[in-house]
Amino acid sequence: MELITSLLKGLWESSGFTLLTWQNMVMIGVAFVFLFLAIAKKFEPLLLVPIAFGILLANLPGSGIMDDLTLSQVFGGDGSLAGGGHWYDSGVLRILYAGVKSSIFPCLIFLGVGAMTDFGPLLSNPVSLLLGAAAQLGIYIAFIIAILLGFTPQEAAAISIIGGADGPTAIWLTGKLASHLLAPIALAAYSYMALIPLIQPPIMKALTTKKEREVKMTQLRKVSKTEKIVFPVIVLVLIALILPSVVPLLGMLMLGNLFRECGVVDRLSDTAQNAMNNIVVILLGVTVGATANGESFLKPQTLGIVALGLTAFIFSTVGGVLLGKILYIVTKGKINPLIGAAGVSAVPMAARVAQNEGRKYNPTNFLLMHAMGPNVAGVIGSAVAAGFLLLMFQ
Amino acid sequence: MFDINALLNSLPYMGKGMLGIFVVTSLIVLVVNALNNIPEKKENKNREEK
Repeated sequence: MELITSLLKGLWESSGFTLLTWQNMVMIGVAFVFLFLAIAKKFEPLLLVPIAFGILLANLPGSGIMDDLTLSQVFGGDGSLAGGGHWYDSGVLRILYAGVKSSIFPCLIFLGVGAMTDFGPLLSNPVSLLLGAAAQLGIYIAFIIAILLGFTPQEAAAISIIGGADGPTAIWLTGKLASHLLAPIALAAYSYMALIPLIQPPIMKALTTKKEREVKMTQLRKVSKTEKIVFPVIVLVLIALILPSVVPLLGMLMLGNLFRECGVVDRLSDTAQNAMNNIVVILLGVTVGATANGESFLKPQTLGIVALGLTAFIFSTVGGVLLGKILYIVTKGKINPLIGAAGVSAVPMAARVAQNEGRKYNPTNFLLMHAMGPNVAGVIGSAVAAGFLLLMFQ
Repeated sequence: MFDINALLNSLPYMGKGMLGIFVVTSLIVLVVNALNNIPEKKENKNREEK
């Protein structure tokens, strides 16, 4: 009997139940909510399922899956640590997280996004580029609020980029300006991107009239193959000369797009769009989620960052829709202001939201391709915004 | 406490940032417009020659 009791006691003491804290339980709850939203409500499941599972894994105590053995330890000449361990003795997700910290994953994601992006709607309606620019407004509103809350300019800039609704750009900029905030910023950026169908519609509805939402936009002109091939090269050279710091991101975006459009490297284009992109999304999603360990994550500062990220997202949507309204007036009702909300980047979720909202008020409306213009412009806009923040605060 | 000086000091960053984004975007719009025109002119020329 004693043997069984001591066995059960030992089992209990070594189990995760004794190590479980209230912070872990809160984060496990958050993971369950995210999984529910992704699976039952289909809110961007490709992003939300890996992120939610990463949160779950990081908050199951005792697994060591996100332990960092290299923390505060010195590497020897053979790559071993002072304590005798090796970098590869760290938790498996911690090792994979190096891809996030080094900006390898964000750049590869941009390669995939470029290969999946059709710049045709943007080329046929260049005004949509301005919507992508206006939808960066939230970045600077959040920046000012973050400064007022006492964050340093570098921290404020990193937090505010969440408003660009562009996960890779947020990770890239945070790594350069405030790497200690990488975990909450990356998690907030990706979570809000996945929650776009919840965040944007009420703002779009509040800022537009029924008449504006019902506007049916005319069909876009056909764009030639030459234009599509020349565009990524010319734009990259132009932006790289103005803002050299954004070349890692925009260079990969435009390379991916050239793969797609040039028509002679279909295998590379296919790999960038599908296999490679899927692999990187899995690794990035799970590792970003795994940064949300309850004990280190549930702090007032983190909650402040999450709140600021939401503020940035809201004001970015507001900026895009307001410029959409101005264009509606200037073009005498030819532009549906709802497509302005797609300027927040987050390809193609934001464009799909504009499409769905437009259809609610006019079932014959088809805004998706019109919204893709500002949507892909938002990718360029957020990268440019990051470049300017880097220029001002590095 | 609301710090009016911090607000006033950060407003120029907002102005510079948004201006910068719109300047770069406007340049891209010009490039796109130029790209839009090139093929049309060539096609028109070909038609005229025919």
